[in-house]
Amino acid sequence: MGRYFTRNRVRRIYKWGSLPISYDRKLKTDEYDSLHISLEDLPRTTVITNGEYILIEGVDDDNPYVAKVKKLIESDKKKKALVQWFFRVGELPPNKMKLLGREPHPQEIFFYEGRTCDDEIDVESILNTVQVKFLSAEAPFPEGDRQEVLYVKLSWNTKVFKAVKPEQMDTVAGPRLAPPPPLPCSPPAAATPRSRAPSRRALPTPDLMVMNRAAAVGGFVRGTVSAGKLMEAEAESMHSASKLSASKCLSAKRRSSVTRTPGVRKKLELSSPGKTSMDGDDMLCQLLDKELAEDALLVQRSTTSLTRPMSQPCGLTPVRKAPRSPGSWGSLSMKQSLSLSRLTLGGDGSPASTQHDSAHRPFLASLTPPLLDTPHRAEENENSPIVPAAASPRCSRRKSAQLVSSRIRKQLNLSNDLYSDGDDSDEFLPSAKDLRSSSEEEEQEEEEFGGSLDSDEEIVAKKSKRGAAGPRTPRSAQKPRSSARTPRKTPVKKATPTTPRTPRQATPSIPSRSLPARQPGSALEEARARLHVSSVPESLPCREQEFQDIYNFVESKIMDGTGGCMYISGVPGTGKTATVHEVVHSLQRAADADDIPSFNFVEINGMKMTDPHQAYVQILQKLTGQKATADHAAALLEKRFSHAGPKKESTVLLVDELDLLWTRKQNVMYNLFDWPTRRHGRLVVLTIANTMDLPERIMINRVASRLGLTRMSFQPYSFKQLQQIIMSRLNKVKAFEEDALQLVSRKVAALSGDARRCLDICRRATEICEHTSSDPSAPGLVGMSHVMQALDEMFSSAYVTAIRCASIQEQLFLRAVLAEFRRLGLEEATFQQVLVQHQALCRVEGLQPPSVSEGLAACQRLGACRLLLLEPSRLGVLQRVRLNVSQDDVLYALKAD
Amino acid sequence: MSKRKAKDSQMPIGECISQVQTLLRERLCHQQLPQRPEGVDSQHKHLLELLKRTALHGESNSVLIIGPRGTGKTLLLRCVLAELLAEEDIHKTLLQVHLNGLLQTDDRIALKEITRQLSLENVVGDQVFGSFAENLTFLLEALKKGDRSSSRPVLFILDEFDLFAHHKNQTLLYNLLDVSQSAQTPVAVVGLTCRLDVLELLEKRVKSRFSHRQIHLLRSLSFSQYLQAVQAQLHLPDASFPDSTFCHDWNASVKALCEDKSVEEVLLRHFNSTKDFRSLHRLLMASLSRVSVSNPTIKPADLLDASRLFSADAMTNVLHGLSILELCLVIAMKHLNDIYDGEPFNLQMVYNEFKRFLQRKSNSMYNFDLPVVMKAFEHLQQLEVVRPVDAAAARAQREYQLVRLMLDHSQIMEALQRYPQCPTDVKQWAASAFG
Repeated sequence: MGRYFTRNRVRRIYKWGSLPISYDRKLKTDEYDSLHISLEDLPRTTVITNGEYILIEGVDDDNPYVAKVKKLIESDKKKKALVQWFFRVGELPPNKMKLLGREPHPQEIFFYEGRTCDDEIDVESILNTVQVKFLSAEAPFPEGDRQEVLYVKLSWNTKVFKAVKPEQMDTVAGPRLAPPPPLPCSPPAAATPRSRAPSRRALPTPDLMVMNRAAAVGGFVRGTVSAGKLMEAEAESMHSASKLSASKCLSAKRRSSVTRTPGVRKKLELSSPGKTSMDGDDMLCQLLDKELAEDALLVQRSTTSLTRPMSQPCGLTPVRKAPRSPGSWGSLSMKQSLSLSRLTLGGDGSPASTQHDSAHRPFLASLTPPLLDTPHRAEENENSPIVPAAASPRCSRRKSAQLVSSRIRKQLNLSNDLYSDGDDSDEFLPSAKDLRSSSEEEEQEEEEFGGSLDSDEEIVAKKSKRGAAGPRTPRSAQKPRSSARTPRKTPVKKATPTTPRTPRQATPSIPSRSLPARQPGSALEEARARLHVSSVPESLPCREQEFQDIYNFVESKIMDGTGGCMYISGVPGTGKTATVHEVVHSLQRAADADDIPSFNFVEINGMKMTDPHQAYVQILQKLTGQKATADHAAALLEKRFSHAGPKKESTVLLVDELDLLWTRKQNVMYNLFDWPTRRHGRLVVLTIANTMDLPERIMINRVASRLGLTRMSFQPYSFKQLQQIIMSRLNKVKAFEEDALQLVSRKVAALSGDARRCLDICRRATEICEHTSSDPSAPGLVGMSHVMQALDEMFSSAYVTAIRCASIQEQLFLRAVLAEFRRLGLEEATFQQVLVQHQALCRVEGLQPPSVSEGLAACQRLGACRLLLLEPSRLGVLQRVRLNVSQDDVLYALKAD
Repeated sequence: MSKRKAKDSQMPIGECISQVQTLLRERLCHQQLPQRPEGVDSQHKHLLELLKRTALHGESNSVLIIGPRGTGKTLLLRCVLAELLAEEDIHKTLLQVHLNGLLQTDDRIALKEITRQLSLENVVGDQVFGSFAENLTFLLEALKKGDRSSSRPVLFILDEFDLFAHHKNQTLLYNLLDVSQSAQTPVAVVGLTCRLDVLELLEKRVKSRFSHRQIHLLRSLSFSQYLQAVQAQLHLPDASFPDSTFCHDWNASVKALCEDKSVEEVLLRHFNSTKDFRSLHRLLMASLSRVSVSNPTIKPADLLDASRLFSADAMTNVLHGLSILELCLVIAMKHLNDIYDGEPFNLQMVYNEFKRFLQRKSNSMYNFDLPVVMKAFEHLQQLEVVRPVDAAAARAQREYQLVRLMLDHSQIMEALQRYPQCPTDVKQWAASAFG
């Protein structure tokens, strides 16, 4: 299976390659430039430096995560790394794969521009280094045997694929520092500055010339072709980057409108060093720190053969990030980059640019303080990108809430006015047109790049792979974790959800029919189809408040990245599950629209499993596609929810029919409610059951306490609500008389308030209407009489009819039972006693008295249809007899005879 | 069996008789479906329409057919199915799953059976692999993948539906009914049961998912209809029977039989006792089997004999085979029952009662020892004429084991009356404890 070592098998030792190169006073983090990983008992070590591409231990051993190191830090005695993520093909949601428009290459990876992933990882999860090659969007994938090389062509921001701009790949290193003179053995991966900033479509696009030049450079950014060439590329890209920032400066106003997404703040937090925005002073300190570290490094490098000792502090990468940073950070970087560009322009194209740059360093250092100070406030006043950026998450939350409430308003309008147009659902989904246009844009972008990157002659320096890290088979990239990230209602099932013991891999499916199903023809048929419980309603009327409450609860948990439990109760047929599904759909739409971070949704149902412990198996399978035994699955889930893992998304877990998960020790429920309380859990659990007092009734204290007090109960529908539900379902189809609808809803509201019942009755009424009408082609509207008949069929008890239809001896036996009860003054008698009465009654009626066997047979027949309740028949004449119907009913039925 | 010959040709009487036997037996043993079930037109239409909509429109449904035993629930369903499958495109699309609560006694077996009958992909040969949990997820996944318009509709027929409600958590019912209420593979769940209170057995979340369609098969048929039914059951089809003259004679004799006074009386008694068609079929079957070459028609006497056979009391027949000693013990128990008002008794009490009878007057009876009496008592226990009161009593010493008499007094008296060469003093003793 696993071709990469995981820590489970081989113990690894992680050591910093050098002394700290800088110290962040505010965050109390030390920064390092390299990391040595060595295997126990093996002399060889792997060196990870900034800018290196690494494999990170993930869910799937075969396909570890790919990322690029941006920074190596130590805080709180923990070794950490800031990374830029890359997504493998298998990690992308399969439903988005079609946006790609082609078959993905098995070794293709995507530059990740989303913001849901935590970019800080534990270094101990690093497995190894890997080679990543950047290709232009149009270039073919190189054929050949280089199995361990991964290719980047496109970037992925959870919505669309875009061509990766070369400077994206290259601008991690700050523009202030030119790269060191590359040593022959230096890994190419980190050789170029890069920006982590995603190329959003809305950003001001740089002018074409710059782009092209940058692209031309991009072709060999990775190569260790030659020092000179590389330097040229560096300088060039730096130049273009500075131009970019200059142009951005001019379009500050446009920019501010762009940054109003909730993601911006998150992004900022994540990408700025140590996850906090800093003010000017800290900034300065850091810069100075880095200066020092840099100098120290230069010395160090000359002595060691470290491949890439050059640190690329994040604080020095503001070129592309500038618009996104709050306040001073942004303004500083802008000015800074301007000055830098001036500096670098001087040394453009010359291999000596590094020296040139370093020669200017003192100057630069002295330059920074005023730079830091002045623009700070000015920027804030003028075209403050800070305010929207900082306010964005809350703002967007309000925005999505507004969206929901507007929907609800719309629903209300819809139900008030039957004939209003109801296709509001389109609004929330990106229409096909949008998708097309975005892909067109993508194509255009690709064309811009076209042809410029033909030369693929760069050689990706090979980091020594661990011995066992053999060639990677292309297919294996397909299967892992594809469901883990998909924010869809039901996680995608693997093609292998079945038995491992099955001789072949069976896919669960019902064979498809040869002829398509007929569509409803008449208005009544149409109405019937709409009234079927299964037909998905356009909206869920009458549950607006509950919807809003659950929505707010889940949304807030997702936004905060925390966990929580909610208990939802209500009698069957009150829309609990439907409402939760609706909430999740809305949230998924919001996630698709980037208003909230994306999340996983897992649904389990206590009734759909054979044993409470199967819950673990199902959750694990729906989350990761793994199959495991219940115990193993519990352990894996425990690990998943209690450890901080990379690329962690929130998980929304719906547990339907919670009471079925009860076990004697209640450990299933305990775990389900305990996981959300873990710090790294990010699990939101919504539980559904019928009874309001379930937590008090069946849960032991520690379980009930973890469930918490977030409760919601769904009241049975009132008749007005039921009426509204039917109306909204029927929408425009006119099939019912007003009175008939009212009768149905009043009757059901009085009985149970179960919406399913209501719909079923209406459906039956349409059938009756169809059958009874004289003219089949124009059956007319469903009236009171039809509804009455349907109600009668469904709710009337058959006991009276059954007694009337019974044979004479059976009726006499019932009479005898009544007589015996009256004689005994009890509600119970033995068969023997009743038989005496029965025979006496027969003589009165002038019938031949039945023998014991015949009497017993009659008694058994009545017992079989449960008019009587009997003891087991082996007791013979001694069995006791009770009535299962009220005596009045029996008398009524027999009298009317 | 003879080959069918030309219609008008004469056949030897033996051939004709065997033809009649074959034809009527098939009919009476429910192997042949009638054209239409009698008297249940509205129910038939309802069910037919319902299943048709599932088959053609892909509409999911659930329905319960409820009626006492022998009222033709399965017959109705089979007729409807036969009619449905006669249509070409339904025949090609509709998948059927037949389950019986008496066979599939728990969900594990039921699931395997469903998977096997649907021949899903985890079926190899006739074997279903995988654990219970795997099978369940597999089946649910399969049903979930389907949708209304494209996948083949599945008809689930649950015979003895009430027994499925006793399965653990009603998992199977919940899932089937849940599928029928959601946008998955179109299914029709048809339950057959004789329990009128079946809905009360369902858990409320299961009940809510059931559509509450119930087809009640409760018919109030009159005696004249009953007679007609009997005649129809014995009627030979003119068109298809090979020997027309024999057929004609037979039908005439059946008509005469039904008009016979004594036969009518027997049938009326039967009708009063039960309207169950199965028991009528048994009666007719018994009389049919008496038809032979020497006796080519059903005579009223045949029916009378058959009726006597069926109405005979089972326990009385058992008593016929007892020895005098055993009979005496039964009588002693009867007296004990009278004295102690139905309280249980033991062998010692019975033996004492018996000895008292011998002391008072018995010229004919030999004085039996206790071991002999005990042997006789054990025999009675084996025949279940007496039963131990409970399991705890069964452990006691045999003489003191508490037992109850499982007979009614009328049965004892009737048995004595017909007992061959029963001593008169025993008879008198039976009539009165002091006689």
